[in-house]
Amino acid sequence: MIKIENILKSFGDSIILKKISTIFEKGKTNLIIGQSGSGKTVLIKCILGLIKIDQGKIQFEKSFLYSMGQKERAKLRQDIGMVFQGSALFDSMTVEENVIFPMKMFTNKPKDEIVERANIAIRRVNLINSNNKLPSELSGGMKKRVAIARAIVMNPKYLFCDEPNSGLDPKTSIIIDNLIQEITKEYNITTVINSHDMNSVMEIGEKIIFLENGSKKWEGTNKEIFKTENQSVTKFVYSSELYKKIRKVYLNEQDNN
Amino acid sequence: MKLFLHLGRYFLMIQKTFGKFTKWKMLKNLIFREIDDLIISSIGIVSFLSFFVGGVIAIQTAINIDNPLLPTYLIGFTTRQSMILEFSPTFISVIMAGKVGSYITSSIGTMRVTEQIDALEVMGVNTYNYLIFPKIIALTLFPFLITISMALGIFGGYIASINGGFASHSDFIEGLQLDFIPFHIFYAFIKTFIFAILLATIPSYHGYFMKGGALGVGKASTTSFIWTSVAIIIANSLITNLLLT
Ligand SMILES: Nc1ncnc2c1ncn2[C@@H]1O[C@H](COP(=O)(O)OP(=O)(O)OP(=O)(O)O)[C@@H](O)[C@H]1O
Ligand SMILES: [Mg+2]
Repeated sequence: MIKIENILKSFGDSIILKKISTIFEKGKTNLIIGQSGSGKTVLIKCILGLIKIDQGKIQFEKSFLYSMGQKERAKLRQDIGMVFQGSALFDSMTVEENVIFPMKMFTNKPKDEIVERANIAIRRVNLINSNNKLPSELSGGMKKRVAIARAIVMNPKYLFCDEPNSGLDPKTSIIIDNLIQEITKEYNITTVINSHDMNSVMEIGEKIIFLENGSKKWEGTNKEIFKTENQSVTKFVYSSELYKKIRKVYLNEQDNN
Repeated sequence: MKLFLHLGRYFLMIQKTFGKFTKWKMLKNLIFREIDDLIISSIGIVSFLSFFVGGVIAIQTAINIDNPLLPTYLIGFTTRQSMILEFSPTFISVIMAGKVGSYITSSIGTMRVTEQIDALEVMGVNTYNYLIFPKIIALTLFPFLITISMALGIFGGYIASINGGFASHSDFIEGLQLDFIPFHIFYAFIKTFIFAILLATIPSYHGYFMKGGALGVGKASTTSFIWTSVAIIIANSLITNLLLT
C-alpha cells in the first residue's frame, strides 16, 4: 500500500501537482491517467523520491518517505521496481546483464544463482533467445519486457510503470498490460501504472485516478468510469466516437441486467 | 549570479562523487573501461599531433634563427621548452577537452535523457560515484599521455631538424640538454594533473545536469567543451603565476 497526502510540486512559477491525495492498493493495478502534460510522470517521480516535493506526505506501508533514515531508505529502494517510459535499459549491457544488474549491485549471491534468477525473470516476461542481445538490437516491445524483467528480478513490493505500452501496437500493449497484472497478482505487489491508453483503463484499471492540469479530478474503478458523469473524465476518456459507443452499449447492458 | 549557482552545484557534485561508494567489484570494471575509452583510445591522436607539432616548432625556430650568430642548438632547446612547458600539458589538454570531454558529456547526457540515471537512482545507486568516480580515476593516468606527447614532440623536432638539415645530431642534443631545469618537469606534471581533474569533472557536470532531449546532448557537449577549455586556460595562468614567477 502506498498512501500520498496533499502532494504539492512546482517548477519555478508553475505548479505541476496541486495537492494530490490517494491510496494505491496492494495486489492491485493502480492507474494514473490524464492528458499528456497533466503531471503523471512527475507524480510517479515524486513518489519515488527522484523529484523532491514541496509539501505533502508519502507513505509506504507504515513508513514515511521523508522521515526515513538512510538505511531504511536504502532498504525501501530494493523493494521498488520501475519501468520507465522509454525503458531506460543500460545500453552498454546485454539483456541478461541488464536484468542481473540490480542483484549484482545489491546482493552477495553467487554468480550462478544470480544468473538463474535473472533467467527466471526473463522467462517470466516471455523473452526467448535474446539474453546476449544489446538493447539497440531489440524492438520496443522486447525492450519493455526486459525493463519489466529488470524491475521484478529483486521481487519488489512496489512496481511502477510509466506508460508501459506507449509506442506499442494494440496487441502487444494488451500482452504487456496483462503481464503486469498477472505479476501484480502473483507476487501481491502494489503496482502503479501511468497511462493514457484506453484499453489499459478498461482492462486493468482496478483503481484509477484521473489527473487534469496537476489536480486529481476523479478516482474510482474501471467499472465506475463507465458510469461517471464527471465532465473532465468523460471528456478525456470518451474523446473518440468509438469509446462513446462502447460506453453506450455498456450502460445499456447494465440497465438490462 | 548564475555562475555561483553552477559552481555550488559543481562542488556538491564532486563531494557526492566521493560519497557512498559503489561495490568495488563493479567499480573496478568501470574504471578499466574508462581507462580504455578515455586514455588508451587517445594515444593515437595525441602521438600524431605531438610528433608533427614538435616538427613544426623545430622548423619554425630554424627559419627564425637564420642569423649565423645564433647557435643552432637553440632548435633543440626551443622544441624542448615549448613541448614540455606549454604544448603537451596545456594544448593537448584543450584538445582532449574536445575529444574526451565531449565523449564524457554525451555519454552521461545520453544516460540522463534516456532516464538511465533515474533508473540507477531508483535502485539506490549513488549515480555520482558510479558515473563520475571511474572517469576521475582513469584520468589520473592522463600524465602518462602527456609524457608520450612530450617525448614524441621532441622526437618530431629532432627528425625535422635532421631531415631538413637545420641542425646536426649533436647540436640538437646539446640544445636538449641546455639549461635543463628539473622543476619545469614538475611544473608541467602539476599542471597536467590539475587539468586532468578538470577534464573529468566539468564534462561530467554538463552531462549529468543537462536538460532537453537528444538535441540537448549535442548542445551540452559544445558548452562543456567551451567551459572545460576556458577552465584549463585560466588554471594554466594561475598555476604558471604561482609556480614559475
Ligand atoms: N524537470 C522539470 N522542470 C520543469 N518542468 C517540468 C519538469 N518535468 C516536467 N515538467 C513539466 O511538468 C508538466 C507535467 O509533465 P509530465 O512529464 O508529468 O507529464 P505526463 O503527464 O507524464 O505527460 P506524458 O503523458 O506526455 O508523458 C509538464 O508541463 C512539464 O513541462
Ligand atoms: Mg509521462
